[in-house]
Amino acid sequence: MTRPDRLIYMANQIARFFAAQPGDPAAGVAAHLKSFWDPEMRDEIVAWRAAGGEGLDGVALEAVGRLKTASP
Amino acid sequence: MSLAHEQDLGTPAALGEPVTLTIDGRPVTVPAGTSVLRAAAIAGTSIPKLCATDSLEAFGSCRLCVVEIDGRPGTPASCTTPVAPGMAVRTQTPLLKRLRRNVMELYISDHPLDCLTCAANGDCELQDMAGAVGLREVRYGQAGENHLSLPCDESNPYFTFDPSKCIVCSRCVRACDEVQGTIALTVEGRGFASQIAPSEGTLFLSSECVSCGACVQACPTAALTEKTVIEAGQPERFEVTTCGYCGVGCTFKAELRGEELIRMTPWKEGKANHGHSCVKGRFAWGYATHKDRVLEPMIRASTTDPWRPVSWDEALSYAASEFARIEAKYGPHAIGGITSSRCTNEETYLVQKLIRARFGVNNVDTCARVCHSPTGYGLKTTFGTSAGTQDFDSVDECDVMVVIGANPTDGHPVFASRMKRRLRQGAKLIVIDPRRIDLVRTPHVEAAHHLALRPGTNVAVLTAMAHVIVTENLVDEAFVRERCDLEDFRAWSEFAARREHSPEATEGVTGVPAAELRAAARLYATGGNAAFYYGLGVTEHSQGSTAVMAIANLAMATGNIGRPGVGVNPLRGQNNVQGACDMGSFPHELTGYRHISDGAMRAAFEAAWGVAIDPEPGLRLPNMLDAAVAGRFKGLYIQGEDILQSDPNTQHVAAGLAAMECVVIHDLFLNETSNYGHVFLPGSTFLEKDGTFTNAERRIQRVRKVISPRNGYEDWQVTQRLSNALGYKMAYEHPSQIMDEIARLTPTFAGVSYDVLDREGSVQWPCNEKAPAGTPVMHMERFVRGLGKFVITEYVPTDEKIGPRFPLLLTTGRILSQYNVGAQTRRTDNVVWHHEDVLEIHPQDAEDRGVADGEWVLMASRVGTTTLRAHITDRVAPGVVYTTFHHPETQANVVTTEYSDWATNCPEYKVTAVQVSPSNGPSDWQARYEAMSARSRRSLARAEPAE
Repeated sequence: MTRPDRLIYMANQIARFFAAQPGDPAAGVAAHLKSFWDPEMRDEIVAWRAAGGEGLDGVALEAVGRLKTASP
Repeated sequence: MSLAHEQDLGTPAALGEPVTLTIDGRPVTVPAGTSVLRAAAIAGTSIPKLCATDSLEAFGSCRLCVVEIDGRPGTPASCTTPVAPGMAVRTQTPLLKRLRRNVMELYISDHPLDCLTCAANGDCELQDMAGAVGLREVRYGQAGENHLSLPCDESNPYFTFDPSKCIVCSRCVRACDEVQGTIALTVEGRGFASQIAPSEGTLFLSSECVSCGACVQACPTAALTEKTVIEAGQPERFEVTTCGYCGVGCTFKAELRGEELIRMTPWKEGKANHGHSCVKGRFAWGYATHKDRVLEPMIRASTTDPWRPVSWDEALSYAASEFARIEAKYGPHAIGGITSSRCTNEETYLVQKLIRARFGVNNVDTCARVCHSPTGYGLKTTFGTSAGTQDFDSVDECDVMVVIGANPTDGHPVFASRMKRRLRQGAKLIVIDPRRIDLVRTPHVEAAHHLALRPGTNVAVLTAMAHVIVTENLVDEAFVRERCDLEDFRAWSEFAARREHSPEATEGVTGVPAAELRAAARLYATGGNAAFYYGLGVTEHSQGSTAVMAIANLAMATGNIGRPGVGVNPLRGQNNVQGACDMGSFPHELTGYRHISDGAMRAAFEAAWGVAIDPEPGLRLPNMLDAAVAGRFKGLYIQGEDILQSDPNTQHVAAGLAAMECVVIHDLFLNETSNYGHVFLPGSTFLEKDGTFTNAERRIQRVRKVISPRNGYEDWQVTQRLSNALGYKMAYEHPSQIMDEIARLTPTFAGVSYDVLDREGSVQWPCNEKAPAGTPVMHMERFVRGLGKFVITEYVPTDEKIGPRFPLLLTTGRILSQYNVGAQTRRTDNVVWHHEDVLEIHPQDAEDRGVADGEWVLMASRVGTTTLRAHITDRVAPGVVYTTFHHPETQANVVTTEYSDWATNCPEYKVTAVQVSPSNGPSDWQARYEAMSARSRRSLARAEPAE
């Protein structure tokens, strides 16, 4: 699959914000992705993680792992 | 002067305790401090006057408003005489009649007797007063020394100054001083030689005059007159409507003869502008009749074909068939819509409804994506709702203003005048901006602190301010304890107190001297009522949302929220940014900022619209372009937005548009985006439709149809016809019905209707059962979210780095006379002030590169290059360059990048690493683009009669 560079970058940006917040940062990232990302974008990043998730930072990797595939 | 003679009470209102006096034997009670002139007007007695008007402080110059007061000697001017208890005033006595007639006789002896051919005939206070005092002869004749042969200054494109008709009452000078605050006019000379002079004797055009029109409005004669009145004659009727430019939302009287708009004059009762205006709203409306307006629909199968004018039916059915084809081939998720902050609430509501209801997707976004989307995220997270906290009048009670990332004198000029007035009264100012904006030092205004930070370091500066407030025990603990989440506060205060956030530790990153920052933070925390006013210099960064939350943190920590005079105030760029966001234009929420996943809310819309609504968020505008480049997004309906010129990384936008199979442009002009369009639907201007705009203070105001739409339809009608062509039935007969639907479905708008707006003039949402008259100041008792939420604001440097190849930081903004991509203002005489974008560069940087003032320079970033002329100035710091984005020939966004805010994808327009070098003219890209653009705008002759 094509590496979704833009989505990886965006996910890491979001993760960097939530990493500084109290509590569970991965939960914050996952909730943000669920609230603001179109299902196809979520599917794409979930698929990328399933393929190894290269480029995703730790918090982003964990958060994407908590997302269910959005599309049936 | 203006057509609608709103009652002029002569002097401003006072606020003292009630005082009762008699005027011509009749008792009247007014507040202490009221002038006798005003008290008389309130009592129904019009004392003759010329130099007095109730928008200006009393001056006492014309001596026409003299009165007699029992027990007092002489004949005092009633405008400068305050009322007193028991005072007995007589306004009409033989002595007064004689004095007034003598005064008028002197005025008229040095005034042209050309009333019949004068542009102000019938709208002239001098003429009125001659009648009021019973002037029947001028004993002095006109043979003596006079000013009748003085030359007329016609340099300003919009108004003339004819000194022969000037009575030197100083109303223009005082309007420029008191109302506008530019102080560009003066009285030159003494005694009989006194003359009004712009900037001490130059022409108006070359003076410091900003053409706000306040002087023209104040002039009681024809000395200052709009050229449109001179050319077309006096207007005969008017409609009150709302300006279509910036987010201040000024109310105007559109004055007409028949269907011809003669002039726009600011409406004194307008609650956002209180009778003031700027050069754009007052004068720059000629684009409505510009020859470039496209008035017939057009279609083409390919963007390489010329446009083909067609009937409305053919255009709409073609657009519908193309969208249906795309839907069948690629699925509904390949289609979306863009609403515009220049369109009305009702129009934006219909566009998002069309996309959601007809296609069953949430692929709808708005141009606020690229300006204030971080405001929505940041203020909703911290306070609970996505809007500014105050009304504009709040500034009158502000003691410390922090202006960050905004340039109000250019971007929001009418509100800037309010700010300057308050600053002249003694309020303190802190400016946080890489550039020395005009407010830093302007006549009678000087910032206490200008923190000239490096672009991209807002969060570091704001967090350093938090450090000072926390570590120096300046927190308003009582407020925090009562109003905020204490657990979040503790985490935030521990974070802010860390040494690495101190001004000393961050100085190297921000470029702001630590002592200056500490002083600014102390002033904000301890200077009385303190308010933040911010603009796109806060939001258009990779940490835009974080910066908004950092501002909210400071407001909560210091208790500067929830009362007049304080608050967090986003200055919205366009007229209806707030409204477009309110109306469900974002892909993750419906009206009133309610998330699309809210099942109960969705059910209400589903019942009203008769369709199922997708519970998942849709694509944002930049995501749509990415998806288009990836081949997944194929059809886009764009209402009133030029994304090719306004969005970042122009070549990426062009690639996205080029990859689509049907782009429907609904606009006034063939804009830059239309180069990639397949269907063009002519739009209507704000003068040609009914609706509402919501300004930066959440104020919902009526837009009234002043003239018939030249294209045949109001924009809401076009969207409705498109929806019907697509098979989703809409049958509104008037925009008021759309607002009624919005009110039924949106709790914060529940009390809004056209009847209420017509009755009240305007209301600020929330307007509902709990607040039937609206809500000027939010979060008074509690935050909308309950307890205020402090958020940790870790500074994350942008990935847009300077280096050897691109050593300068470009930041962008706008100028007073032009508006955003310039589609409207470039088609007015405002081009005399700004006909091209220029690059501001510091003298040292210019010298290092061999660049001279006015010469062409090449500006290159890692994504593109453009050329423009250099303007050498120390207004920008070394290492920083600045330009505007008003002209397509320059296209500043060719060089801006796709970096964006982490939370909202708002582009990082304000930080681009560039290199600047001498050039000999437009770049190859510019030449290619110009040729492509010309090719793309070809149009075939109309083949059949218009519908």
